[in-house]
Amino acid sequence: MIGFWRKIYSKYDNVKAYTLLSPALILVILAMVVPMALMLSFSMFTQVSMMEIDYTFTFQRYIDFFQKNLLVTLLIKSIKISFLVTLITLITAYPVCYYIAFYVKKNKMLWLVLLTLPFWTSYLLRVFSWKIILGTKGVINSSLINAGILSEPLTFLMYSETAVVITLTHAWAAFALLPLYVSLEKIDFSLIEAGRDLGLSRFEVFWKITFPLSLPGVIGAILIIFIPTVGDYVTPALLGGIDGRMLSNMIQAYFGKINNIPMGAASATIMLTTVVLITIIVSNVTKRLTQRLT
Amino acid sequence: MNEKNSTLLIYTLLYFGFLYVPVLFLPIFSFNDANYMSFPLAGFTTEHYEEMWSKRNLHKALWASIKVGVVASVVSTTFALFAAKAFARYTFRGEKVSYGAIMMPFLIPEIILAVAILVIWVNLGFKLGLVPVTIGHTLFCTPFAMLILIARIEGFDFSLEEASRDLGENAWGTFFRVSFPLYLPGIVAALLLSFIISFDEFILAFFLTGSDATLPMYMWGQMRFVQKLPHVLALGAVIIVFTTFIVLLAFWLRNVGQGKVKKDIAIKL
Repeated sequence: MIGFWRKIYSKYDNVKAYTLLSPALILVILAMVVPMALMLSFSMFTQVSMMEIDYTFTFQRYIDFFQKNLLVTLLIKSIKISFLVTLITLITAYPVCYYIAFYVKKNKMLWLVLLTLPFWTSYLLRVFSWKIILGTKGVINSSLINAGILSEPLTFLMYSETAVVITLTHAWAAFALLPLYVSLEKIDFSLIEAGRDLGLSRFEVFWKITFPLSLPGVIGAILIIFIPTVGDYVTPALLGGIDGRMLSNMIQAYFGKINNIPMGAASATIMLTTVVLITIIVSNVTKRLTQRLT
Repeated sequence: MNEKNSTLLIYTLLYFGFLYVPVLFLPIFSFNDANYMSFPLAGFTTEHYEEMWSKRNLHKALWASIKVGVVASVVSTTFALFAAKAFARYTFRGEKVSYGAIMMPFLIPEIILAVAILVIWVNLGFKLGLVPVTIGHTLFCTPFAMLILIARIEGFDFSLEEASRDLGENAWGTFFRVSFPLYLPGIVAALLLSFIISFDEFILAFFLTGSDATLPMYMWGQMRFVQKLPHVLALGAVIIVFTTFIVLLAFWLRNVGQGKVKKDIAIKL
């Protein structure tokens, strides 16, 4: 009898929960799921002329994609840049989070707020400020020339892959800092003390205790940085030049100048599929790694 | 831990420098009396700021951004409030899937959202403009707002709601007189942060605005011309100050009464 009522009540809970969720879910369905499904079907059409699209189904766009060296190169380059950005952001942010979690005693929240504050200023402006710094007549070059260290500006700084990687590392820092801090903060300090008391070296304590316990934060940071940066448009457009171009710049061109919507839709679909695949691989590998380390 | 680690402290401070210094160059050069942004500084001027008053297109773009931001933040915070309540209050079938679905727009590359909305909008025969931008921003802001609100609501004692119901208040009364005031700081924080996200958002606007530029689109358009750069710097500096103020306010609100409200209520009861 009690079981029966519990069943009714839990069903009632489902109804209540979904009533509350319905606006957000309907928004996601109408503004994301349906448009993405339509985008997927457009990737199987053919652009005949500027205004005309042939609506017969074909996988030709996908074949085109992998036959065009430029597109494949750009896809690989996007992944490579995102991978570098994720790695550098993690390595540079980790010690900062470690310091705040274990050495800062008062006002930890204030430190954290200050660390994430620059992230809230306009993305476009942050990218733009790197243009001021790295440009041929920018801060670094003009200072070095004025100081007499250089006679000509360093050209590799601007319009290059380096510029894109530096800028993205700066732009996405907050997304590494927050998950890393949260996972480090949760670690029970007595475990670390126990490790030390048992005679482990500092390095062993870090590698065998602290790092494995902070892995959830590391995985969170990897996913939250890697996925969006693969599709970044602004940074390569403003700072990448030809060398630092990424796939999204090409997708934009297909929807703009080139006006080949099916090809653009196919490129976007391939980008999304790649991202999803890499996400699955990364989370599986790290899960295994976690199991082995702990 | 009672030891100090000065190497890590120095590194942390350097990292702060890496985060802050680039952003500070905008305000510095906005007062510089030259078209090029290089050292040494040429002289102090407020001319670039005065220039902003005369730019008609800038005013139009600002107004467009405010309209989009207000609608997107109000709608997304409302949707997020309902959703956050469902996740914090109930355990139900498909909880993880629903959570994943609502968080999705925050995770997938923005350019894909933008392109997908562009394709459907154009094919429905609608004109590009601020409406699709607002829809895109609402979609993008909802997960942010929901994260903030879940954090607020999870620390909330649901027995207060039950007490109110037991004392004869109906569902709406309970919501407006008990839950809402307790959620309020979180709601305002979510509103402010969503507004800022929408106000600064570029990619969705870039694909969907058509001819009605928002503020980031206006800046993008001006960045290509060297002689127009200084007033973009001034505008950027103003936006940075404004954003910082709003975000600090939101952070402060988010923590307001987190512990205190409960204590107050406990005392009163």
